[in-house]
Amino acid sequence: MFVSIKIRYFASLKELLGRSDDTLEFDQEMSVTEVWGGVSKIPMPDNTLVAVNMEYVALDHQLVDGDEVAFFPPVTGG
Amino acid sequence: MIKIVASAFDPYAEIQAYQKANQALSGKFGATSIFIGTMRDFNEGDQVKGMSLEHYPGMTEKQLGLVVNEAEQRWKLLESLVIHRVGDVFPDDDLVLVAIWSAHRGDAFDASRYIMEALKSKVPFWKKEILADDQSRWLAKNTDGYL
Repeated sequence: MFVSIKIRYFASLKELLGRSDDTLEFDQEMSVTEVWGGVSKIPMPDNTLVAVNMEYVALDHQLVDGDEVAFFPPVTGG
Repeated sequence: MIKIVASAFDPYAEIQAYQKANQALSGKFGATSIFIGTMRDFNEGDQVKGMSLEHYPGMTEKQLGLVVNEAEQRWKLLESLVIHRVGDVFPDDDLVLVAIWSAHRGDAFDASRYIMEALKSKVPFWKKEILADDQSRWLAKNTDGYL
């Protein structure tokens, strides 16, 4: 099993991590929480929202090859 | 129709042009509700001289589409036009337009309110304010418009 995913960060999380994206490759199923742990030593802020392929998901969502996962703070549009 | 725009827009001209282009509306609509959100020069007790509006291209359109679809399921709507600004904005710039055409006022009023509140909690836009002393800060969260 080989899984490659794209990771994107927006707004204050982009500034916190100092980059806008990452690519992660792994050889077993991984959840959203595990992905964060794989790319950052900083704990995920409590109010972080997560989307996979542009749809909101829970932190235990399992990722599959080719997914785009995004981490961002609460939205403030309008 | 949903539009994300990176430069200033005139909501009144957009409404007129959209209505004119949709001939199917002719004779059928009895109500048009219009909500326009505009940038203030103050927030949380501070002077604000500008803002940077970031978004997640692709997800923004997808989530806005879902919100408008939900409104269309709940109320009888004839047409809707939602425009949201991104990029660098300044006080008095219009940031968002929600215009709804329906046969009767209840549907137009209620759908407009629903779309605005859902947009503010679900659609991935983020505001960073630039204060009078050039310090900047991210808005932490949107307030609930019903409180």
